Amino acid sequence: MTTFFQQVVAGLGSGAIYASLALALVLIHRATGVINFAQGEMAMFTTYIAWTLTANHGWSYWPAFIVTLLFAFGLGVGIQRVVIQPVVNTSVLTVVIMTIGLVLTFNGLASLIWSAEVRAFPSPFPNETWDVGGVAISQQDVGTFGVVVVLVALLWAFFQHTKTGLALRASALNPEASRLVGVRVGWMLAIGWGLAAVLGAVAGMLAAPTIFLDPNMMQAILIYSFAAAVLGGIDSPLGAVAGGLLLGVGLNLIGAYVDFVGADLRLPVALLIILVVLLVRPAGIFGKPVTRRV
Amino acid sequence: MKRLRLSGVPFFALAVAAVFLLPRFISDFRAQQFAYVGIYLIALLGLNLLTGITGQISLGHGAFMLIGGYTTAILMSNGPRPGEPPLELAGHLFTNDMRDIWTIPLAGLVAGLVGFLFGFPALRLTGLYLALATFAVAVAAPAVVKKFHGFTGGGGGINLFDLETRSQSTSVTDPVTFESKDLGVDVFLGINIPSFNDWLYYLSWTIALVMFAGAWLLLRGRFGRSLRAVRDSELAAASSGVNLARYKTLAFGISAFYAGVAGSLLAIATTFVNPDTFPITLSIFLLVGVVVGGLGSLWPLVFGAVFIHFMQIEWAQRIEGVIPDFIPVLGDVDTDAPGAPAVAFGVVLILIMLAFPGGAAGLLRSLRTATRRGYDRVR
Repeated sequence: MTTFFQQVVAGLGSGAIYASLALALVLIHRATGVINFAQGEMAMFTTYIAWTLTANHGWSYWPAFIVTLLFAFGLGVGIQRVVIQPVVNTSVLTVVIMTIGLVLTFNGLASLIWSAEVRAFPSPFPNETWDVGGVAISQQDVGTFGVVVVLVALLWAFFQHTKTGLALRASALNPEASRLVGVRVGWMLAIGWGLAAVLGAVAGMLAAPTIFLDPNMMQAILIYSFAAAVLGGIDSPLGAVAGGLLLGVGLNLIGAYVDFVGADLRLPVALLIILVVLLVRPAGIFGKPVTRRV
Repeated sequence: MKRLRLSGVPFFALAVAAVFLLPRFISDFRAQQFAYVGIYLIALLGLNLLTGITGQISLGHGAFMLIGGYTTAILMSNGPRPGEPPLELAGHLFTNDMRDIWTIPLAGLVAGLVGFLFGFPALRLTGLYLALATFAVAVAAPAVVKKFHGFTGGGGGINLFDLETRSQSTSVTDPVTFESKDLGVDVFLGINIPSFNDWLYYLSWTIALVMFAGAWLLLRGRFGRSLRAVRDSELAAASSGVNLARYKTLAFGISAFYAGVAGSLLAIATTFVNPDTFPITLSIFLLVGVVVGGLGSLWPLVFGAVFIHFMQIEWAQRIEGVIPDFIPVLGDVDTDAPGAPAVAFGVVLILIMLAFPGGAAGLLRSLRTATRRGYDRVR
């Protein structure tokens, strides 16, 4: 039973990372109806920025963290303006191809600038455990979980209690009407991309201490986040968080108790989850089923 | 509607002649590179049929190539890896019993069957969700390959030819008798085939041309029209009597058949397969190739194939030398680092989508209308 709880706690730690990236995917999907395949690579790239600041320029962790988030916001806004906005009204395929282009660009840039070498990334949390009734709880996991909770709370407050948040929600819901009442929809979309990039950066910086930093580090996490977003409902922020945590715990338990899956088949299991959810309940657990008028 | 449009035939004959004469004028090394172009062309024809013609996005065609490549590798490999018992499946020992080119159609069929079956769940997925699912397939495929290492050699992979045969570059497997023999110069259909690379060139381009003609025949009639109808409007297609399920699954199957054949040839060309032969980037490069050639086009896909191969091996390195000058802030960039091809691919892909969404095909089309307009004005 101790092992079980241990696995659950560890699962919540990694689940928080999936939740953060899944939330980024949901944010963009709600606003523009596309999935950003480059979300993981953007997160990886911004994590490298944090690494450069701490390792090469001797910054301490939290200032580097904050500056990286600002950088990520600017990056997201810039990408939306330069690359996505011109094709926003074309086909889904075009936008998907654009984000695929971004995947290649960021992945290549990272190995070009920082080389493909695997690097250690600092963690703000001590590498120790608390003992709670025989269950060893890693402070790393608790810290990760805490950061994501704070972030989600801040984001929720921003969307519910600020004018910009309101404008963001309005332009996602009804771009035409928002434009009529004076909301600059294009810029709202750009802010959405910026916020998504911030969430991605947080996911990257929280994941890097355990999985180490390299240009491909976010690929598996992106797939898990896809699975989390689909599981929770690709249009539901609450669903993304719940889906992420559920997936983190679920994958950990399956990996620990199903010998055949072990550590090797976690990705295919995530794929299976994506397929099954899309086929059985495409709206996910928290999403509203969409009925199409024919 | 014209019953027969054969204007393409003379051009096709010219292309065939050009393809078969080309090795006389290029080096052995170039022949190998153009063999790869032929292989990519086959894969692009397949992906284009699915994504360009039928409108079903696939970000996972590398996975179908993987299936084809592994089918060939498993059938052809000279027994198990050292120290492991020979592989037995249904009382059948896979040692040295299938020869090179006969595994190619089998690889295509296996991949095609898997593609056809994948087409059924894909029926319920549209646009974005299909892109997502196929992307996940391509990312997850290597993990599955590694898991069943008894069958696939795991991360270590499979050697297709025994090393002795490989180390002698003049020794080839004769495409007619399947005997491995030492060759000075061999004559096949009146053409000198002096090396493995030339053999590879003729093999891949013969298949590429046949499959190109196949795609052309397939798409010019009722079948192709139905596929395009599915792409343009599923609702309209269904109301005009196009069976959506049948055409989509068939498109998936045929497309995967092409990918499987390409994967099989890629395995033969590299003489070795492991999960890294078919990474997720391969799937993405294929999409780039189709976009460069022009979605929904046919022969301009050759540009896409040339682009993805030469960008990987040559052009990117040249671009790489230029990058630090453009962006001085980056300072001391390690110019030997991998990643330059990826950056070049990514940037070119984005620029093409912004400036020439029709790819090479669209560019040619607009050039043609421009010249025609020019003529009219002169007249």
